[in-house]
Amino acid sequence: MKLVYFAWVRERIGKTEETVELPEGIATIADLVRWLKAKGEEYEYAFENEAVVRAAIDHVHVKPEAPLAGAREIAFFPPMTGG
Amino acid sequence: MATIRIQPQPFDAAAETAALTAERGSIGATVAFTGFCRDEGGRLSALELEHYPGMAEAEIARIADQAEARWPLMGLTVIHRFGLIHPGEPIVLVLAGSAHRRAAFEAAEFMMDYLKTRAPFWKREHLKDGTVGAWVEAKDCDDAAMERWGS
Repeated sequence: MKLVYFAWVRERIGKTEETVELPEGIATIADLVRWLKAKGEEYEYAFENEAVVRAAIDHVHVKPEAPLAGAREIAFFPPMTGG
Repeated sequence: MATIRIQPQPFDAAAETAALTAERGSIGATVAFTGFCRDEGGRLSALELEHYPGMAEAEIARIADQAEARWPLMGLTVIHRFGLIHPGEPIVLVLAGSAHRRAAFEAAEFMMDYLKTRAPFWKREHLKDGTVGAWVEAKDCDDAAMERWGS
C-alpha cells in the first residue's frame, strides 16, 4: 500500500511517500495511524495531535473510521489552506 | 462540465471570461472571483503553495459537480496555481456563468468556500528576510463559511 504525505506532515515524517506492508488487523485509517505512530518518533511527532491530521483514500477525503480494504493510495496531510 | 486547471503559471481572468461566454448566448451574467497573494504588511516575499496532484483536480471537480447540481450554470471555470507566488499575483480564479446574476454570485461564493477547506492545497510563507516561515494555519471561519451551505 502506498502512503503519501503533504506539508508539515511530510516534513515531520521526513519523506514524501513510502510503500508499506500492513500486518493483519489494520483495518481502518485510525488503525493505520496507530500502527505508524509505533514505527518511530517521526511518526509520533507527525500524528501527535491525531484529530488535526486529515486523510484521503484514493484521492477522496475520509474519516478515521474509513476501511482500508481495496485502497491503493492513502494520503495524510494538515487542514487545507488553499484558495 | 466545469473547466478545471491546476497550474504554476499566472492566468488572465478577462481572457477566461471571454472563453467562457464565447458562443454561449444564453449567459446573462458572469461572476469572477480572483484571490491574490497579500504581502501581509510588507512581511512576505512570497507564498509557496503545495498541492496533492490528482486529488486537487478530483476534489475541485466534485465541488464543481455540486455547484452545477445546485445552480443553473452555463459555464464554470476554476484555476488554482501552485508553486511560488509573489504578493500582487493571483492564486485562484473561480468564474461562474448563468442566465441571471444570483446563480452566478452564489455559485462562485459556494465554490470558494468549499475550495478553501476541501481542496488539497497548503500555503507556506516565505519572508522578506529570505527565510522560510511557517505553514499557514487553517481558519475556523473558513470551516464556518463552508458549513453554512448545509450540504
